[in-house]
Amino acid sequence: MIVSVASGKGGTGKTLVATSLALSLKERTKVQLLDCDVEEPNAHLFLKPVITHSEAVCIPVPRVDNEKCTHCGRCAQVCVYHAIAVVPKHVLTFLELCHGCGACSYLCPERAITEEGREIGVVELGHSHGLGFAHGKLNIGEALAPPVIRKVKELANPDGVVIIDVPPGTSCPVVEAVKGSDFCILVTEPTPFGLNDLVLAVETVKALKILCGVVINRAGVGDRKVEEYCQKGNIPVLLVIPLDTEIARLYSKGITLVDGMPMWKNDFIKLFEKIGDIVHERVGRLER
Amino acid sequence: MKELVVLSGKGGTGKTSIVASFAALAQSKVLVDCDVDAADLHLVLQPHIREDHEFWSGQVAVIDEGRCTQCNLCQELCRFDAIHNFKVDHISCEGCGFCPYICPTEAISMKENMSGRWFISDTRYGHLVHAKLGIAQENSGKLVATVRQQARQIAEKDGIDYIISDGPPGIGCPVISSLSGANLALLVTEPTLSGIHDLDRVLGACCHFGVAALVCVNKYDINEGNTRKIEEYCLSQGIMVGAKIPYNDAFTKAIVKGMPVVEYSQGVVAHEIESLWYYISKALTG
Repeated sequence: MIVSVASGKGGTGKTLVATSLALSLKERTKVQLLDCDVEEPNAHLFLKPVITHSEAVCIPVPRVDNEKCTHCGRCAQVCVYHAIAVVPKHVLTFLELCHGCGACSYLCPERAITEEGREIGVVELGHSHGLGFAHGKLNIGEALAPPVIRKVKELANPDGVVIIDVPPGTSCPVVEAVKGSDFCILVTEPTPFGLNDLVLAVETVKALKILCGVVINRAGVGDRKVEEYCQKGNIPVLLVIPLDTEIARLYSKGITLVDGMPMWKNDFIKLFEKIGDIVHERVGRLER
Repeated sequence: MKELVVLSGKGGTGKTSIVASFAALAQSKVLVDCDVDAADLHLVLQPHIREDHEFWSGQVAVIDEGRCTQCNLCQELCRFDAIHNFKVDHISCEGCGFCPYICPTEAISMKENMSGRWFISDTRYGHLVHAKLGIAQENSGKLVATVRQQARQIAEKDGIDYIISDGPPGIGCPVISSLSGANLALLVTEPTLSGIHDLDRVLGACCHFGVAALVCVNKYDINEGNTRKIEEYCLSQGIMVGAKIPYNDAFTKAIVKGMPVVEYSQGVVAHEIESLWYYISKALTG
């Protein structure tokens, strides 16, 4: 089963929920945590994993053979990213704009373009006290997170439970990270910002036809509109975590909630059981 | 005209609350919300929308079933795994335009895609340029570039001194688009290991694109040891810590009331943000 943890708004507690959920389940089943927030990965700060394998993430970019090139301009014409330009005697490439679609090399009539890898990030695989772990890091200055996220997800071990820590927002990196999940937990806080971004996140997950439920973090801080929204939209509230300076203090030191306050373990196990029920109910419905 | 962009790397550190406060403090400014996929600034500034524009950007592939012979070539060549069972998954399609060229029966065409909307609005603090990226859409970087360009045009036309942009979290495409060409980046962090880690990466992005930065530590008193680490780190990088804001529930209460925190409370939080803006305005014009 694949469970992703997303939020819309940043800083609501995705990593807190993802790490504590993974740690709470590891005694019962095989669990792997994938940190797909490749722009700002944080789960490793809490889990302190031993890294056993590391691999560069490259996207295929064009390399032009000037001997073969006739400067016909076909490559520049087909590239929608403006990553290749042809002047009378040269071909100029702007590789940081290239998305690696492969059109230029395939369509070159002289077969003058080959592809080579350009590194945009790295993925690392490892483990932390019996928990499987993988994450990706986008290189600083690079724009394209989705290829790195795809690579992290290739490291998923489908035998057990996979928990995915998703980046904030609702655009392509979020879609790439959440796609293929059986269930998506949306972590929010009870404020107008939290609610506004929760509504967007719910719409995104629905567009992907993925089941979702909500975790309300820092309960007590704002108003009750998040709960009202969930009730109205029939979205299950799976867990409520109160505003608590002790929880914030543990977080600031890089200590997971269930390591610092083990009584929470049971709540995360129950959270997972609720998700299991919802997913099985859907499977049952589809089979009928 | 000078441009300030407020970034953080990590989300939820207080970017929008600080930008909303600057909106109340700065005299002559255009405000921009560059967090186009989870925009929140409008919740505080309560804009009256004056112009509403469609944002057409990029294309998606469409397969004509009548012409398709199911040869499968497009599916094999698509690098984005966007074609399954001779249908295009519009969420995965990157709009690269490769498949129409290789389809032997010319069954594939590209269709223009509306990926969001952008707005020019009036607020009680002046102009706001903001946007809403469509659900699960791409091209957030181009939409950010669009709202910034509009803000610049307004500022030039009206002789406005400052453009103040609320940036997105992260360090990728929309952040790069928010940052390029700005005069100064304010990096809002918090004294947590995540905050410190993410500050280092977003500062790396500022250096990479040659934008000067200064740091604000929000909720500095939740872990004063970590705050000292941030101050030492900033010293080692030659970056100024412009403000240390204590943890205070006025931040959240102001959001619930739809007010900038400097107008909601007159305490130490408001005082820190006021002196931060004073410092930034001097740094921008100095």
